[in-house]
Amino acid sequence: MGIWIDRNTKVIVQGITGSTARFHTRAMLVYGTKIVGGITPGKGGTVVEGIPVFDTVKEAIEETGATASIIYVPAPWAADAILEGVEAGLEIIICITEHIPVYDMIKVKRYMEESKTRLIGPNCPGIIVPGESKIGIMPGYIHKKGNVGIVSRSGTLTYEAVNQLTKKEIGQSAAIGIGGDPINGTDFIDVFKAFNEDEDTNAIVMIGEIGGTAEEEAALWIKENMSKPIVGFISGKTAPKGKRMGHAGAIISGSKGTAQEKIKIMRECGIRMVDTPDMIGETLIKVLG
Amino acid sequence: MNIHEYQAKEVLKKYNIEVPKGVVIFSPDEAEKAAWKIESSVAVVKAQIHAGGRGKAGGIKVAESISEVVSYANELFGKKLFTHQTGPQGKEIKRLLIEESCNIKKEYYIGFTLDRRTSRIVFVASEEGGTDIEEVAKKTPEKIFTEIIDPLVGLTSFQARRIAFNINIPNGLIDKFVELSLNLYNCYSQNDCILAEINPLAITKDNRMMALDAKLSFDENGIYRQSEIQYYRDLDEEDEKEIEASKYNLSYIALDGNIGCMVNGAGLAMATMDIIKHYGGEPANFLDVGGSATEDNVKSAFKIILSDKNIKGIFVNIFGGIMKCDVIAKGIIEAAKEVKVKVPIVIRLEGTNVLKGKEMLKKSGLNFIVADSMTDGAKKIVELVE
Repeated sequence: MGIWIDRNTKVIVQGITGSTARFHTRAMLVYGTKIVGGITPGKGGTVVEGIPVFDTVKEAIEETGATASIIYVPAPWAADAILEGVEAGLEIIICITEHIPVYDMIKVKRYMEESKTRLIGPNCPGIIVPGESKIGIMPGYIHKKGNVGIVSRSGTLTYEAVNQLTKKEIGQSAAIGIGGDPINGTDFIDVFKAFNEDEDTNAIVMIGEIGGTAEEEAALWIKENMSKPIVGFISGKTAPKGKRMGHAGAIISGSKGTAQEKIKIMRECGIRMVDTPDMIGETLIKVLG
Repeated sequence: MNIHEYQAKEVLKKYNIEVPKGVVIFSPDEAEKAAWKIESSVAVVKAQIHAGGRGKAGGIKVAESISEVVSYANELFGKKLFTHQTGPQGKEIKRLLIEESCNIKKEYYIGFTLDRRTSRIVFVASEEGGTDIEEVAKKTPEKIFTEIIDPLVGLTSFQARRIAFNINIPNGLIDKFVELSLNLYNCYSQNDCILAEINPLAITKDNRMMALDAKLSFDENGIYRQSEIQYYRDLDEEDEKEIEASKYNLSYIALDGNIGCMVNGAGLAMATMDIIKHYGGEPANFLDVGGSATEDNVKSAFKIILSDKNIKGIFVNIFGGIMKCDVIAKGIIEAAKEVKVKVPIVIRLEGTNVLKGKEMLKKSGLNFIVADSMTDGAKKIVELVE
């Protein structure tokens, strides 16, 4: 069960010997994620948090049968870490690393056109299927197994939404952070397609922000293809033009990518838009009836 | 990161793109010498600030004599320019570019930027040069031509040629245009650009092809490997508080309001600004302390917020997922003691160890106002500031 991952998904951690990676490896193990190996070039043969470390992704896959990876490798080498995972034939790669140069991601996306690997991120909190597996940095305990799918460009806003739902006894089928960069592996539409086909997902929360036109394109797709109810929120209504608001992708350039424009189109496409994030929970209850 | 026009032109020259002869000066005393150096009967005096719209704002002057160059230099140095990109506070002119004037036959627009939809670099060009390209795109989209570039092969000659035909580059100059386009693409891809724009690209009466104005912007995430570009950073053009914040890995953007915000996560930080505005207040800043902020980060964040003299209140909005609320509370208490905050502080905490965190705030003896939700917090801070 679950979107893209479940309790049997075998995961390797790229860059496992770094302190952030170690911390989250422990947290993922506690959640029940099946972490089977780690990669740090030059540290093969050692053991971290009880997990065997390998020099290359290929070797780790051969030894452990892993199909998924999570990347904590620092930005200058992160694109290369993604490419290594793609070349080795992983099914899914979750890249947590932020500040990867855009030009590196242009090349990564091009390289991935000929592969079957799914990339989530970069610069994202990852993916969690409550009660099954958590491949990411989100706090596991706020989640609850259930039937609402969550997709978001922002980390803490996702936790905000999840927390409200859980407090109201509404569980989640999956929560997926697609990341705050201008180029990402998985976009809104990919996630909506998966939620649409998932029998465990009855409703969806969509959290977007200023910059680019991914929300608008997703809204138009939703109008044509989805009947499950969706509650939406867009942050950045007060953001000034031309200023990058923390996320590399959150910047209004020219007349496109404003919050007002996104909200308008999403509403026209049938998404229930809320004005403030703490309306997400109650609006979802209304939508579910 | 943005750089000045004269710096962009220096970069273009390295890529064999012709630019007018010019000299940059840092004080009016240098004007006369600069005017002699460019050996042109007519000179253009151009204010060097990081903002577009300089011409309309009076930052570009045409001088017909050496003495005129000097008098324009005297007039412009120290003057504040107000354009649609400078904000209401304007930007002071501290550098001027003195340039030869060219005999222009026709002006074009060419530029490279990221196309987010295709995750590729796109080549954009138009016959309508010298004007605001956004306006051209809005009013006459049929006059804008684009080519999406495959990063495996880069811009190809046939694509550049197709653009040349589309924007009606004269027949004898097509090869020259193709070469220039390929050079500009190389400049973009080799320097971690996110924008490389020549507007106008001029064809002169003696059939030269020249970049009369140029804008290069760079990907902050790629700057670490561009040592030559780093050297162009002009801290005078950046907000002091933003520079200070970046030293502590804080992401800070100054705004015009009076309610300081301290938030973890970029999305939540934007949503916090929005909710303040929603309830009638004006946010003074965007500030993301990050997902793993330490006590020290929280302290520096407070100091930076308070260095803005317009601040009348602070709203702290934290969702402690990885960060624990008690650790955050401790940082806030320490910081408030150390920097002696005199304005009201509304704090909304949620997440790991929230009860412990709230308890610590209450017991601190400091005058914090604890909010139960984002809405509650926003309403409270807006009321207090009024």
